[in-house]
Amino acid sequence: MAEERKKPAVGLQPENEVDWSDYRGILVVVEQRDSVAKKVSWQLLGESKRMADKLQAPLMALVIGHHVEQLAHEAVYYGADKVFYCDSEELKDYRTRPYSKLCLHVIRQYKPEIVLFGATYTGRDLAGAIATHLPTGLTADCTQLDVNEERLLMASRPAFSEKMLATILCKQFKPQMATARSGVFQALQRDETRTGEIITVDPQMPENEIATQVLEFIESTQGVNLEDAEVIVSGGRGLGGPAGFKVLQELADALGGVVGASRPAFEAGWISHDHQVGQTGSTVRPKLYIACGISGAVQHTVGMQHSDYIVAINKDPEAPIFKIANYGIVGDLFEVVPALAKAMKSRKKGNPQGVGAVIGDAVAAAQSVHN
Amino acid sequence: MLHIVVCIKQVPDSREIRIDPKTNTLIRQGVPAIVNFYDLHGLEEALRIKDEFGARVTVVSMGPPSADKALKQCVAMGADEGVLISDRAFAGADTLATSYVVALAIDKVGKEWGPVDIVFCGKQTLDGDTGQVGPGVACRLDFDQLTYVEKVEHLDDSKKEIIVHRHLEDGVERVKTKMPVLITALAELNKPRRAALPGVLKSVRYQPVVWTTNDFPDIDRAKIGLKGSPTIVGKTWVPEPKKVDTQMLTADSTDKLANELLDSLFGTELPAKLGWA
Ligand SMILES: Cc1cc2nc3c(=O)[nH]c(=O)nc-3n(C[C@H](O)[C@H](O)[C@H](O)COP(=O)(O)OP(=O)(O)OC[C@H]3O[C@@H](n4cnc5c(N)ncnc54)[C@H](O)[C@@H]3O)c2cc1C
Ligand SMILES: Nc1ncnc2c1ncn2[C@@H]1O[C@H](COP(=O)(O)O)[C@@H](O)[C@H]1O
Repeated sequence: MAEERKKPAVGLQPENEVDWSDYRGILVVVEQRDSVAKKVSWQLLGESKRMADKLQAPLMALVIGHHVEQLAHEAVYYGADKVFYCDSEELKDYRTRPYSKLCLHVIRQYKPEIVLFGATYTGRDLAGAIATHLPTGLTADCTQLDVNEERLLMASRPAFSEKMLATILCKQFKPQMATARSGVFQALQRDETRTGEIITVDPQMPENEIATQVLEFIESTQGVNLEDAEVIVSGGRGLGGPAGFKVLQELADALGGVVGASRPAFEAGWISHDHQVGQTGSTVRPKLYIACGISGAVQHTVGMQHSDYIVAINKDPEAPIFKIANYGIVGDLFEVVPALAKAMKSRKKGNPQGVGAVIGDAVAAAQSVHN
Repeated sequence: MLHIVVCIKQVPDSREIRIDPKTNTLIRQGVPAIVNFYDLHGLEEALRIKDEFGARVTVVSMGPPSADKALKQCVAMGADEGVLISDRAFAGADTLATSYVVALAIDKVGKEWGPVDIVFCGKQTLDGDTGQVGPGVACRLDFDQLTYVEKVEHLDDSKKEIIVHRHLEDGVERVKTKMPVLITALAELNKPRRAALPGVLKSVRYQPVVWTTNDFPDIDRAKIGLKGSPTIVGKTWVPEPKKVDTQMLTADSTDKLANELLDSLFGTELPAKLGWA
């Protein structure tokens, strides 16, 4: 394959006016690993159902992989009217060329007017390749999606470090494509009584034409998936060192959450980059975000300001993080966080008043005797 | 010898961008221009390969004439040549139109200085912020693409093979492929070096090669700049700042404070949603 590479594909765009009127419906490309779908795929089906109803057009899903037949049915349960499904050994792991060839085949044959992908690493890799091949416009990382009377996709996304939002349109070409963030849209209630058509598609590229090989997948053990976390306890420069994250981990464990970080904590080598929240890290929308020893610089807050509830713990009463917090505690995180972890643990044991509080008071009393 | 191309973009330093509260528009005046953060990680990896195997490193950027400073910075760090693709006709390009011009330029770089084995791009830019230009360029050059790379594990310059670690949400993938290949760089890949004296001296007098539309006789003018861009910006707006009534909690002991916070949280829908109840 490498020997007979084509010349740069210069003549990509259609030469003449194209009639796009037979492009109808919305296609969601489902992402999976080991036959487990990413949540964002069902969330996109949920959001697309609303748009498809507005367009009075079918909602379609594309399931690609190996041993993924069940996912084709799941896509129906989550709202798809029609599912294209390709199951083949060489499609077990995601690789750009065979996956994009297959998507292009489905798009050209079944002509959806809108194609959506999760804005994951894989989704962005795949969408970028497909949009260039077709060619068509592609909007990255959307947080709002809608359609208007002219059947145009209004794909809105944050711009300039989330300081602005911009709606992007693609009038000239079909399909209109976008990647959209995880955790923003609501999946429909899974319903096994929903019915839909399942159409099998043949793979489009034999293994011997694919240069890329996935040698192995190493599941992260200490790494985190911040985007899907419902509770995040984050630490910043105020932690003073890597040991501080142990304290946060304990609280995160008690709350059923994971640990996040500000950039300085990553840069100092206290924690790995996949924990970093903010402009150059992850954008997160947990139900609860607890910021400990984080001042609240905009590069940090752009990544977490849409959390449902924000708690800030900081020594400095003037710290800007308090402006966006629902609850603020001015204090030393090394005292407050362990107390919180303890109180939470005892509540979970079924003591709403918190045994911890009683013990803590006893300790405080004992200390005051010594003083 | 290996030939590596690094794609860089000069971007406004987003720290400095403010919104004018009266007009709700971006204040770009006085905002310093920097080399896009991730692109420097791509350059650093190219320079490491050059240090180990010997390689020619060519840096390519599409942008206004003032972007020559960004290319000079790359030469100071150790790049051999900088190419600035600059023409008014390129202005207003979206990712599709940008990848078209950048791919044409890389093709020409290959013709001028030898076939290209590896192209590095950044994960994404601070201003465009899409991560789409890399895959677009790979697709047009018909190179394999390895995006979101956090480590180059192995490189065989005679067999032209490369093994990298791709970062994914839930883990890391070890992937092997044949050159030519396009790689997009994450911050974890390396720590960009400071420019050393010989590079700095070279960069002082250095003038990047400048190519305009005239240097691409076969260029399709319908595919460049604003006209060649399928996506258009419909409207922009400044999101309402989230209005929160911050409740500051106080108590005479830390444990009471902790329980006060938990009482507040347990008074919301969180326990039901999070399964604490
Ligand atoms: C291009 C660019 C991109 C960036 N991207 C990101 C990003 O993605 N994410 C990010 O986070 N930052 C990012 N930054 C950095 C950002 O500008 C801030 O510097 C950073 O967020 C500050 O981190 P911090 O709050 O941990 O540290 P600081 O601002 O130093 O704040 C530490 C806080 O801890 C408090 N504190 C200290 N000790 C204690 C204690 N014992 N108990 C309680 N409180 C205590 C202090 O009062 C202070 O408020 C970026 C910067 C640039 C230029
Ligand atoms: N104008 C440009 N000139 C050269 N390279 C670019 C340009 N725009 C983007 N790139 C490259 O493509 C990457 C992704 O950019 P983006 O798709 O804008 O997020 C950047 O990190 C650069 O490596």
